Amino acid sequence: MTRKQRRLTLIGGSLAVLGIAAGLVLFALKDSIVFFNSPTDVVEKQLAPGTRIRVGGLVEPGSLKKGDNLQVSFKVTDGAHEIGVHYQGIVPDLFREGQGVVAEGRLEPGGVLAADTVLAKHDERYMPREVVDALKKSGRWQEGEMKADAHVVGKKP
Amino acid sequence: MIPEIGHYALVLALGLALIQATVPLYGTIKRDESLMRLASSTAVMQLVFAAGSFAALTACYVTSDFSVANVFENSHSMMPLIYKFTSVWGNHEGSMLLWVLILALFGGSVAAFGNNLPVTLKANVLAVQAWIACSFYFFILLTSNPFLRLARPPLEGRDLNPILQDPGLAIHPPLLYLGYVGFSIAFSFAIAALIEGRIDAAWARWVRPWTLAAWMFLTVGIAMGSYWAYYELGWGGFWFWDPVENASLMPWLAGTALLHSAVVMEKRNALKIWTVLLAILAFSLSLIGTFLVRSGVLTSVHAFAEDPSRGVFILGILVLFIGGGLSLFAWRAPLLKQGGLFAPVSREGALVFNNLFLTTACLTVFVGTLYPLALEAFNGEKISVGAPFFNLTFAPLFIPLMFAMPFGTLLAWKRGDLLGVAQRLMAAFAAGIAAIALTLVATGTQHVLAPFGIGLAFFVIVGALVDIAERIALFRAPLKASWSRMRGLPRSAWGTAIAHAGVAVTLIGITGAATWGTERIVAMKEGQTITLSGYALTFDGMVQRSGPNFRVLAGKFTLREGGSVIGIMEPSKRTFGARGMTTTEAALLSRGVSQLYLSLGDVNGDGTVAIRFYYKPLVLLIWLGAVVMALGGALSLSDRRLRVGAPKPAAKAANSAPDLQPAE
Repeated sequence: MTRKQRRLTLIGGSLAVLGIAAGLVLFALKDSIVFFNSPTDVVEKQLAPGTRIRVGGLVEPGSLKKGDNLQVSFKVTDGAHEIGVHYQGIVPDLFREGQGVVAEGRLEPGGVLAADTVLAKHDERYMPREVVDALKKSGRWQEGEMKADAHVVGKKP
Repeated sequence: MIPEIGHYALVLALGLALIQATVPLYGTIKRDESLMRLASSTAVMQLVFAAGSFAALTACYVTSDFSVANVFENSHSMMPLIYKFTSVWGNHEGSMLLWVLILALFGGSVAAFGNNLPVTLKANVLAVQAWIACSFYFFILLTSNPFLRLARPPLEGRDLNPILQDPGLAIHPPLLYLGYVGFSIAFSFAIAALIEGRIDAAWARWVRPWTLAAWMFLTVGIAMGSYWAYYELGWGGFWFWDPVENASLMPWLAGTALLHSAVVMEKRNALKIWTVLLAILAFSLSLIGTFLVRSGVLTSVHAFAEDPSRGVFILGILVLFIGGGLSLFAWRAPLLKQGGLFAPVSREGALVFNNLFLTTACLTVFVGTLYPLALEAFNGEKISVGAPFFNLTFAPLFIPLMFAMPFGTLLAWKRGDLLGVAQRLMAAFAAGIAAIALTLVATGTQHVLAPFGIGLAFFVIVGALVDIAERIALFRAPLKASWSRMRGLPRSAWGTAIAHAGVAVTLIGITGAATWGTERIVAMKEGQTITLSGYALTFDGMVQRSGPNFRVLAGKFTLREGGSVIGIMEPSKRTFGARGMTTTEAALLSRGVSQLYLSLGDVNGDGTVAIRFYYKPLVLLIWLGAVVMALGGALSLSDRRLRVGAPKPAAKAANSAPDLQPAE
């Protein structure tokens, strides 16, 4: 092979791999990303049932109910609107009424979220950034009330 | 007094770094050797002052001096002594101080051990190292001073975030930083080479040990972080594709590529420009990692309380070094002479293949990590890119990479014989197919991909053995000759084989834990027994205890297998008074390389307690594999030919047995 042919092989091979990778990335970005919504977004956007979303806000005081088999249901509010969430499993250590929470799952008909992941903040002093933004959007956020930060763990695979 | 001394030492370290950043460069222009030699002494002194500053902060923590704001925010007088030490870097300011200390440590090491470097190159390398140091000293002194005093010292501190009160904090961040910051040496060498406009095979020989050392630390650091998350977060996951984890994975991928391309440059004087680019990229990705973690743009456990000015400052450093490095590259790289020719099917070709796949994999992780940030900046939409994305993009790139691994080590330089290599790999193919068949027989066909994962891993492990066997001509030469060849085999050859086998070991662990793991999440009553994968777990009741600065609520469980007791598991919850926070402490029980994992949820009103009980087959291999990889790296690093400062291979080895050295 001449120097030119070798170089062409190299460049061709690289482009092929990069092309395949780009294809995979685009395909995966279409199918496996999840949009974040505040409860107000969910109400206003009229999302179709079955859509996979993340919802963030505060756990509405008085809305937390525990059932058999580790069933948990609660409402997430941003002050303007609220959305019902139900979940089966163990909620994170810092999951409490009146505290910030992010839930991920599929919307069911009737606007209730069937969550498979519930995240709570991970430090009592801070709040998930997404929750802060959702509260700010609905005008329920006072600057300096709490530092915006996120210590979020407690995912479920 | 001590905090002021620490602060002052930091300012002096900055002063020394400023001298180190400028005077040696002026020396190289004026060809004044005494000015150039100043680089080494300032680098060593800078290390002394950075260490002094760090020691001062440590002293403040150990003596619980709450008049220092940083100590007040992150410590508590009742905390065990080890956490008083580790909480030095369990916060933003202290962790940045650790960052510069390690940077100074690497600079000082180059100054102390780089005696065989040409004096100009050494001066340039240390000067570039000092530019990085200066920017981070400014960052600490201007935005994140750990020595700030409080006007009215409180009596008690606010405690370290309980999730960080774990031995993991003693190991994970220092190792990770040794890895991140270690790549700064490769970066400095690359920039120095571009400044001089000259680069040769010797350059690669000087850079490789530093890169290898950084890579080893990063490998173990990432594995340690993964294990920490596994046992601390309470749901048994070992990798979350969290942006912060990705931030450490990207430099690892680029660094791994750099290690391999530097081999080509050292042996064949080819791929020079690419190697220089990779050296710049590996450290750039480390800087991006630091930015992502420390600027607070990400939602993660690693984000400490932030203010935006810090993010902007780090972003400035990022733009300066990545932008500057790449601009210098674009300007000066054409000056570097191109190296030797090689056929696509050859050792060089295989290493190019390795680089192509590693950098592409790195690129997909980069896209997945930064796309959400970019999207939010452009149209305000918030998305999360999680495991499904990375499983779909990263895995398809890593499988061909691992499949090619045994081929690469067996191919000859310049022109290889693919068919011949495939024939020599017969044993490895046989082992792989046997592993697939056995796995299918043992576990059934409901998981199609898993047996192939196990088969691929065995192919790679046996392939690494075949490589060693070929090098010592096992079964082809008399055993005695093979034995003496084995003794003469360079340690780097063993290192390669062991590190490659380590990757396969990790793959077995991931496949096992992800595929055949079982779990039960239930609410249990006292006296109740549940079963999982042949293990019976009985709940014996709750106990309360108190720790040094927390209260413990623990569950007592008895684990039986086939009727006989094999262990008591005590998962617990710790409540820390100072912050009113609770952490979950999982109970782990190892059965060989598999683990049983039990963590507590809420205690309900009716006396039942929620538990998560997992059986994680082969899970320990994930981290063991990383340790094996690092061991391979260490063995390679101890190779005389690579050792830092080793002038030339000893004359004895060269003339006593030239035919025993395998062709490379």
